[in-house]
Amino acid sequence: MLVDVPKDVLQSTMEWYWPDGVDLPGYKPTTKGHPRMIREAAKLILASEQPVIYAGGGILKARAADALRELAELTGIHVVTTLMARGAFPDTHPLCLGMPGMHGNATAVTTLQKADLLIALGSRFDDRVTGKVSTFAPDAKVIHVDIDPAEQGKVRRPDVPIVGDCRLVIEALVREIRHLQAGGATQADTGAWRSRISGWRELFPYSYDASEPGEALKPQFCLEVLRDSAPHGTILVSGVGQHQMWSSQYWRFDEPYTWVNSGGLGTMGFCVPAAIGAKVGRPDRTVWAVDGDGCFQMTAQELVTASTERIPIKVAILNNSYLGMVRQWQEMFYDERYSEVYLSPDLPDYVQWAEAMGCIGIRVESPEEVQPAIDKANEVDDRPVVVEFRVDAREKVFPMVPAGQSNDDIVLPDGQSKEFLR
Amino acid sequence: MSAPSRHHILSVLVENRAGVLARVASLFARRGFNIYSLAVAPTEDERFSRITIVADVESATLEQIVKQLFKLIDVVKISELDPRTSVERELLLATVKAEPETRGQVVELVQIFEGKILAVGNNQLTVSLDGTPDKLDDFEELLRSYGIVELQRTGRVALPKLERESGRLRALKGKAS
Repeated sequence: MLVDVPKDVLQSTMEWYWPDGVDLPGYKPTTKGHPRMIREAAKLILASEQPVIYAGGGILKARAADALRELAELTGIHVVTTLMARGAFPDTHPLCLGMPGMHGNATAVTTLQKADLLIALGSRFDDRVTGKVSTFAPDAKVIHVDIDPAEQGKVRRPDVPIVGDCRLVIEALVREIRHLQAGGATQADTGAWRSRISGWRELFPYSYDASEPGEALKPQFCLEVLRDSAPHGTILVSGVGQHQMWSSQYWRFDEPYTWVNSGGLGTMGFCVPAAIGAKVGRPDRTVWAVDGDGCFQMTAQELVTASTERIPIKVAILNNSYLGMVRQWQEMFYDERYSEVYLSPDLPDYVQWAEAMGCIGIRVESPEEVQPAIDKANEVDDRPVVVEFRVDAREKVFPMVPAGQSNDDIVLPDGQSKEFLR
Repeated sequence: MSAPSRHHILSVLVENRAGVLARVASLFARRGFNIYSLAVAPTEDERFSRITIVADVESATLEQIVKQLFKLIDVVKISELDPRTSVERELLLATVKAEPETRGQVVELVQIFEGKILAVGNNQLTVSLDGTPDKLDDFEELLRSYGIVELQRTGRVALPKLERESGRLRALKGKAS
C-alpha cells in the first residue's frame, strides 16, 4: 500500500469529520463456509485413512490457531505448518510435523505426498510447497478452505472448495464432525498411517554434520544454541535466504505470532526493520533477528533508528560471506559456476558497524564462543545488540526439493536414505 | 478474426470513478490477453458504470480472470453473457468511397441493411448502422468492395434476454461454494 500525498495537500487546512460509514459495494467477502460443503468436508475427513492438515498463513490471519488445534486433536490428524504458518500449531505438539516444501523436513513433505486427503486451511499451494504440481500428492483428495475465491482451483482443483474465514470454517467443521459422530458415524482407522508417519519422524530429523574442533562454525549449531537460550515467548524475525530456512527448521515455535518473515515476497533486507517493528509492537518480548550477511547490508542503517529510539532488538548475523542461497543453487545446479555471490567475510566490519550505530557488537568465530555471546546479548536490555557469527560458507540447506521437480525427488542430508521414505 | 467459440462476453458492473477502467484493463494485460472489444457507459444508477468486455480466452483461464477481477474493490458484479441468451448491439460508422457511378449501389446497400446516411460528400458517404455484431460484420464486408476510407465500431454492449434470464445467465460472482 502506497499513499502518496502531494505537498500542497499537506499544507492546506480542512475541517475534520469522521465519516458516517464506509460503503464499499464491491467488498462483500464470504466469511461463513457453505453448510453443504462443510458437511461434505466432514464426511471426507471421517472417511480418510491417510489424512493430513496442510495449514497455511491464513490460520494466523484468521486467528484460527485454537480452532486448528481443536480440529487436529478431535480427529488425531497430523498438521504440517508452512513457512507462513510456523507457530500456528505448536512444534512441541505430538501431531505437529513442521514445515513442508522445498526445504521442509522429509516427514512433512512425504506425509503430504502420500496422503489420501489434504485438508488445506488458509494455504495456497505455493510452488515451494508443491514442487512440480502434476506430481504433488497424487492420490489425495483436497478440501481447500480459503477466504479468497480466486485461490480455489488456481493451482490444484479441490474436491471440496470452501470459501470462508478459516476460523469460522474450522469451528463449523469441528461442530459438524461432532454432530456426525453423535449420529453414529465413526472415523476410519488411521493407525497404520500414523505409525508410518512416526517411523519417518524417527528416521528423518533435520540434521547436519557438527564441526570438528578447529573447523568453521555451523550455522545450524548457532541457531540451536540461540533457540535453547532464548527467553520464553521470544519473537524470531528473519530475512530471506539460507538463514531464513535454517531459522524455520531449527526453531521451536510454541505459540502463534512469534515468527516474522516475508514469505513469498522474498524481500531481502526485511529482517532488521521488521524486528524493530516487532519490538515496538511487543516491547515485553525478546526479539531476535536472525539475518544473513547479504540481507543485513541492505537495511542495517535502520539500527540507527533502533538505537536512537531505544528499541533494544537483538540481531544474529550468520555471516558466511556469500549470498548463501544463490551460492547453493549455483553449486548444485549450475556446475559451481559462482557468479556475483561472493561477499567479503571481513568487510564491512560488522562489529564496528554495530558500534558506530550505537549498538553493542560481538564477533563469534568458534563454537565455544557461541553460548557466552548469546548469553551476553540476552542480558542487554537498553540498546540493540549485533552478534556476528562467522559460519561455514560451504554449508547448504537440506533437505531440498530442487525447483520444478517432484517432492518425490527430495534431496536428503548425508546419512539419510530415501529408501525408507515409503 | 478468432473462432467465435473463444469469444466470451463479460458484463462488469463497476463503481463509477476515475481509474477503474485502467485497473480492469490492466488485469487482462498482465496475463497477456487481448481485449477484443470494450464498451463503457453509465447505468441507470449513477454510482455504477457497466463495462462490457469481449475477450478471447479459454474458459478455464476466464474463470481465473473473473475471480481476479472480482477482487478489485471497484468491481461490484460480474456476469458472463452467453451470446445465445443475450441481446447484443453494436454501432458502426464508416466513410465509404461513392463515385457517382457507384453511389446508387452504396445507398441501396445502406437501405437494405436499414442503416443511415449521415453525411454526403462529392465522392464519399458517411454511413451508420446499428445491430448485432454479425450483421455489422456482413455490412462491413459488403462495403469493403466499394472502398472503405475510415471505419469505426463501438464494441458491443449486451444484456441478458428477458424470457430466459433466470435459467441461462451465468452469474459469476466469484463464489466457488
